[in-house]
Amino acid sequence: MTTAVSFQEVSRHFGAVRAVDRVDLDIREGEFFAMLGPSGSGKTTCLRLMAGFEQPTAGHIEIFGETAEGVPPYRRSVNTVFQDYALFPHLNVLDNVAYGLMVRGVARAERHAQAEAALDLVKLPGYGGRKPGQLSGGQRQRVALARALVNRPKVLLLDEPLGALDLKLREQMQEELKSLQKALGITFVFVTHDQGEALSMADRIAVFSEGRIMQIGTPEEVYKRPRSRFVADFVGSSNVLPPDFTARHGGARQWASLRPEALRLAEDGVGIAATVVGRAYLGASTRLILDAEGERIHAVLPAGASLPGDGAAIRLAFDKADLHVMEDQS
Amino acid sequence: MRSDAAHRSPPGLKIAAGLGLAFLHLPILLIFVYAFTTEERSYQWPPPGFTARWLAVTWNRPDVWEALALSVKVASISTVIALVLGTLCAAAVSGSRFFGREAISLLVILPIALPGIITGIALRSAFSLAEIPFSFWTIVLGHATFCVVVVYNNAIARFRRTSGSLMEASMDLGADAFQTFRYVILPNIGTALLAGGMLAFALSFDEVIVTTFTAGQQQTLPIWMLEELVRPRQRPVTNVVAMVVVLVTFLPILAAYYLTRDGDQVAGGGK
Repeated sequence: MTTAVSFQEVSRHFGAVRAVDRVDLDIREGEFFAMLGPSGSGKTTCLRLMAGFEQPTAGHIEIFGETAEGVPPYRRSVNTVFQDYALFPHLNVLDNVAYGLMVRGVARAERHAQAEAALDLVKLPGYGGRKPGQLSGGQRQRVALARALVNRPKVLLLDEPLGALDLKLREQMQEELKSLQKALGITFVFVTHDQGEALSMADRIAVFSEGRIMQIGTPEEVYKRPRSRFVADFVGSSNVLPPDFTARHGGARQWASLRPEALRLAEDGVGIAATVVGRAYLGASTRLILDAEGERIHAVLPAGASLPGDGAAIRLAFDKADLHVMEDQS
Repeated sequence: MRSDAAHRSPPGLKIAAGLGLAFLHLPILLIFVYAFTTEERSYQWPPPGFTARWLAVTWNRPDVWEALALSVKVASISTVIALVLGTLCAAAVSGSRFFGREAISLLVILPIALPGIITGIALRSAFSLAEIPFSFWTIVLGHATFCVVVVYNNAIARFRRTSGSLMEASMDLGADAFQTFRYVILPNIGTALLAGGMLAFALSFDEVIVTTFTAGQQQTLPIWMLEELVRPRQRPVTNVVAMVVVLVTFLPILAAYYLTRDGDQVAGGGK
């Protein structure tokens, strides 16, 4: 399989700040790849390194086998959907979409035809005559997408593409992006701080923290078998259990993670004693916040179960198979 | 339209505002009136009679034409210099962060805050120190100092509103630096430059103080008018010229005002 984007020991320092610190990364051709992390974790800088807006301080970047360092953004077969969309306010939608073709010297009729086709692709047919200022956020997002895709990039970069949209629109766009990517077969790399978005859309996820990649894997791997405490906590707020606690409840004396939905209420006399501290209603389920042997533990219980109130003493149980001992014990 | 019945201003305030405006603008009307008076030695009120002959007299005076030509030339070239330097400076200050950025911003704006007489004396002593003879170009240099400020101020305001990601988007879509300037930056700052340029032109056109210090024997239009006031004959010629100056400077300023008023709209759309 061809490698679309390859980072070898890539660093990008801003003065004393190591925004990206010796990152190794291989993104496969045709993959939907997510870079997930809190703000300031280096994921956006990685994206900008791919786009060519930043140059690495050290290391080597290849895009489809070609060295990318020193190549300006306008000579890369990579296009970006910007977080603020960055549509040109003085051009109408059609000219915005046709911009990349225009600067490459494609004749007017031809580039307008291609731009129309791209607008069809993002389900905005007939919007060509409007100005970006007359569009809603979701529509601008689609125009930005069409403007990037019309150039047939080998890699499409998306910087927090859904961040500015409301929940309903976000879910709809998630599905559309996913099916668009399948249909076009283009490698998509997207940056997000929303773990739900990364889990539901990506083929593989790289979890970033402080300029480094903590784990790369499929959504299931990252979710069920986090390598470190950071990943367990950041991707879906797993319960992180200290070695003593794990040892007391049937595991080895090591740091372990336990998904909140793996916990269930048990009868008296079995399981772990816990006290209810609080709860959050999530619709299809309810999250109980519990205090068990001094540890703060979250349990997600399906709706319909009869739930204990605040301060109630309960017993918790889980299957040993769900207890995941983490590779990185630091 | 914004003030409804409940927010009517008291009549006293209205009268005061009216008087203030009258005080500001009636003298300008007076200049127009005196351009048509039959009395040529003094400004007598009321004018003893009206005539249009001063228009013809002015038209036939070669010194008026010389002064006017010099002023137009100086203002045009100062404006061009200001447009180039002001835009580049605004692009540098808004586009990047570097040591001394704020200081440079302040230094660029300073000439307009300084009294003209300081700028004038400073330039004059600098020119004589460097043994540069006074010429057309020394006037242009003097005017460019404050014209740059006007363009810079207009351009930087627009640059700040034009998000940096627009330029990145353009590069990302395959445009090199020149294409990005041509297709994205210029259309977005075009009206600001036009407005800045017009203001600069108007400022240069009626400048007296700096010009007195930087001009040799040449007379720009305002300097010519100043000299003319001392002469006893053909006074209304000055008024005719003043009328022309008002029109030449007022129209660009008005246009500049309308161009920059709708700040959100970026003109120059399409291609």
